[in-house]
Amino acid sequence: MSAVTSTTQSITLTIDDKAISCRSGETILQVARENNIDIPTLCYLEGLTVWGGCRLCMVEIAASPKLHAACATECTEGMTVRTTSPRLKQYRKMIVEMLFAERNHVCSVCVSNGHCELQNMATKLEIDHVRFPYRFPRMEVDNSHDYMRLDQNRCILCARCVRVCGEIEGAHTKDVKGRGVLSAIIHDLDEPWGDSQTCTGCGKCVNVCPTGALTHRGTAVGEMTKKTEFLPYLTLMREVKL
Amino acid sequence: MTTTTTATTTRPTVATVWLDGCSGCHMSLMDLDERLITLAGLVDILHSPVVDPKEFPQSVDVTLVEGAVSSEEDLHKANVIRAHSKFVIALGDCAVTGNVPAMRNYWDRSDLFDRAYVENAQEPPTAEERKAILPLTVVPPLRPRATPLHEVIKVDLYLPGCPPPADAIWFVLTEFLAGRVPNAMSVSRFGK
Repeated sequence: MSAVTSTTQSITLTIDDKAISCRSGETILQVARENNIDIPTLCYLEGLTVWGGCRLCMVEIAASPKLHAACATECTEGMTVRTTSPRLKQYRKMIVEMLFAERNHVCSVCVSNGHCELQNMATKLEIDHVRFPYRFPRMEVDNSHDYMRLDQNRCILCARCVRVCGEIEGAHTKDVKGRGVLSAIIHDLDEPWGDSQTCTGCGKCVNVCPTGALTHRGTAVGEMTKKTEFLPYLTLMREVKL
Repeated sequence: MTTTTTATTTRPTVATVWLDGCSGCHMSLMDLDERLITLAGLVDILHSPVVDPKEFPQSVDVTLVEGAVSSEEDLHKANVIRAHSKFVIALGDCAVTGNVPAMRNYWDRSDLFDRAYVENAQEPPTAEERKAILPLTVVPPLRPRATPLHEVIKVDLYLPGCPPPADAIWFVLTEFLAGRVPNAMSVSRFGK
């Protein structure tokens, strides 16, 4: 949302055979969405810094042998982008199936059933079953906070909560520990959420969480709905110089 | 009556099986309501929790399987189903993902048994009594993990949902009877 300055250049590129112009510095994902071209994402959220973790927004760029994350790749002059192909579809399905196999996403008994971005993504990508064996790991549930809950079973490690906590609320209570499949969201120095001295209790993390991992307590199956509209507004207000 | 008998022999045959599930998928099948009468005119239901024959038939055109594979008996049934069915449909989230029955997989079987039969007993059993209490004989033994159907047999079509709506079951069955392989994800999803 930065103001257009004299250094901003106009760029023309092709996305899915459509000639498009945009400003320099814009990412493929931003430009695609501005032009009603849908690229699936889970970790991206407008108003937060780019994470590039979920890899669902991978696109093909002509003359490049590898795939590129649309959220983290700036448009360049003359670039030719393809946002969907049999190869991309196959990888996207595989990624979401692996998310389902990695932890315990039991949609039928989840508070976010019917309002979950992971569940919706599976439907959108026509995933009717998971080809990988489920791991069924035993995961922690942090129930120590007065009115919020972290259920690691349902976390996909998109780190939206970590970013909103650090970047928007400015508390940086949340972070990620560990590596690979052992990664997990923590509070402060891996302490119970309810004991955190830095958490302001604002609840932004709950609202940006795409699944039922972060929820309000006292919600039953399907009752947890999230609101993310506040984010672009808060980000814009921070940039306005009075 | 003769004409009915002749027609019966040429009609497609259907079986439905209830493994480790809550029967909700079969309830959803019952929710076809008056369409059940239409269905009865289109197919022969040879085997199901809602019809009499106890043995799985020699040959079935399409079998709908509800439930996860939890016990050795479930595994045996799954293998019989596969061997005797031309087309197997995993019906509902338990058969497709493991769902609620697979939530026991986070714990070891003996811990589960202790929780259910020992810790919650009014008087703690002795080690000898414990052996007698645990469901290790007579009832089919639990497998180490409850798994989706496709982890033990080949599945031809997946119809997720908890439960899959009656309209989704109707869509899948009628598409199948029309000789098409339906896209189940156009009518159902994981969870509700």
